[in-house]
Amino acid sequence: MHVIETKNLTKTYSSLTAVDNLDLKIKKGEVFGLLGPNGAGKSTTLLMLTTLIPPTSGTALVNGFDIIRQPDQVRKSIGIVFQDPSSDETLTGYENLKLHGLLYDMDARLREERIVEVLRLVDLTNRKDDMVKKYSGGMRRRLELARGLMHHPEILFLDEPTLGLDPQTREHIWEYIRKLATEKNITIIITTHYMDEADRLCDRLAIIDRGKVAVLGPPDLLKKELGGDIIRMRGKNFNRGSLEGLDYVRDVKQDDGGISVTVRDASVHLQDLLGRVGTVESVEVRPLTLEDVFLHYTGRTIREGAPEGGWAEKVMQAGLRK
Amino acid sequence: MSDLKGIYALWYREFKVFQRERSRIVASIVNPVLWLLIIGGGLGSVLSFGGVDYLTFLYPGILVQSLLFSAVFFGVYIVWDKKIDFLKEVLVSPMSRTSIFIGKILGGSTDTLLQSAILLVIGCVFTVTGVLSGITFSLLSVAISCVFLFVTTVGLVSIGLIIGSQMESPEGFQLISSFLIFPMFFLSGALFPIENLPAWLTPFVLVNPATYSVDGLRGALVGLHRFNLGLDLLVISAFSLVMILIGTYAFKKMKL
Repeated sequence: MHVIETKNLTKTYSSLTAVDNLDLKIKKGEVFGLLGPNGAGKSTTLLMLTTLIPPTSGTALVNGFDIIRQPDQVRKSIGIVFQDPSSDETLTGYENLKLHGLLYDMDARLREERIVEVLRLVDLTNRKDDMVKKYSGGMRRRLELARGLMHHPEILFLDEPTLGLDPQTREHIWEYIRKLATEKNITIIITTHYMDEADRLCDRLAIIDRGKVAVLGPPDLLKKELGGDIIRMRGKNFNRGSLEGLDYVRDVKQDDGGISVTVRDASVHLQDLLGRVGTVESVEVRPLTLEDVFLHYTGRTIREGAPEGGWAEKVMQAGLRK
Repeated sequence: MSDLKGIYALWYREFKVFQRERSRIVASIVNPVLWLLIIGGGLGSVLSFGGVDYLTFLYPGILVQSLLFSAVFFGVYIVWDKKIDFLKEVLVSPMSRTSIFIGKILGGSTDTLLQSAILLVIGCVFTVTGVLSGITFSLLSVAISCVFLFVTTVGLVSIGLIIGSQMESPEGFQLISSFLIFPMFFLSGALFPIENLPAWLTPFVLVNPATYSVDGLRGALVGLHRFNLGLDLLVISAFSLVMILIGTYAFKKMKL
């Protein structure tokens, strides 16, 4: 059963095609990742799936409801944690959660129960009566995550959920996201440009580039398909031709400093490879990562750090509201 | 209706924020009082209309001025909500856009009307201390004033929200709203009587909804009015209703 199904989902802004005939099927209960560089169309896709912007053409079913014809039902089925700060900093953490409960028409008793539950989950119980402007960036993020979970949605969208968080908090949130997916059978859709996050969390992921799916599958399988290890050899005058036609070589990249060869299994083939290429100054072997998969399919590395219109910057802008 | 809690939520937020941003309350009270004392006192030494002090004449106009500035300006907060993702958090909830608009109107109106209430109290204090004379603060006059203040506020908050829903930047909002607020204020008869104006000016004054609000309030509080108070109320109600309808439409069409 597919909980989300997009059909030729397209969004164009004057000359730019942000999302290009996207066809995705997301299964119930899975953690699905949308991985891509900035401007790849991840957030635009998310905004369309959450009914906040209408598609230019095509449509999607979310929890069985059409995003164009039944936006109200779609909104009842989903929760979302936005990339930019979306809590009111003049209110306390508790008040922000209360506000959310009211917006989702929750009874007072249920609301209070859930507030206690989610606050404990993100370790903010002690700080619940502080104004959000006194929170650190990480705490604010945790509060918004708690809020997204508060109404127990069928589908939870997380737009860059651990952006700007310290490693410990990221671990914490990852653990919780996994727990949610397995115990509560919530479907979770994550956009991220953190490779480790996608690798750790996602059952399946789609690498999105220029509004299209470049490749889709479980992270392990994606890596396996490309090969097992990358052997990086430094030196000059390599005999590249000698590598052609070898069944264990998946990919060869040569640059000024040396040559990188993707092979099925370095422990078996390293000796043979070294014998063929010529004089080698140094050798480095590492397992293939999602980063390599990304590079392979998009031809680019994903830029680490804050995406465009950084979160921190938005927090500052929000502070100017006074 | 399942959106009632949500409407309450939006009101609750605006009210809490208003309570905590003391500087906003202080500024919104100090300005009208300065107008009253400096313009009213200054011009009052040479002017009087309709047999009352200029200060007394001006007081209802200043009530409307404070409505104009704070109610329309309230719309800027929606631009700020847009700049962060708070607006998305509200728009992605199951609430209908109409209910969101209603919640926003209630929030903005509460802020504005609390300021008006403070100005009414200041008016009372001024009357008791003799700074103002000739203003009737009776149960009836205050009740009529409150009706006018409320109806006007709802319409003006709607204008602010309509502009806010279409604007991307607070600067843009300020620019557009100034184009609206200043003519509405100057052409409302808040500062001068609207009888015997030059012929070219009269039509502008007559199409300005704020004119009827000033007229109604001055009628209730000072006893000076050009139109029937019923007509004043009718015009201002029609204006607010139209603004609510346009606002509801604007919210439905609002883009992110």
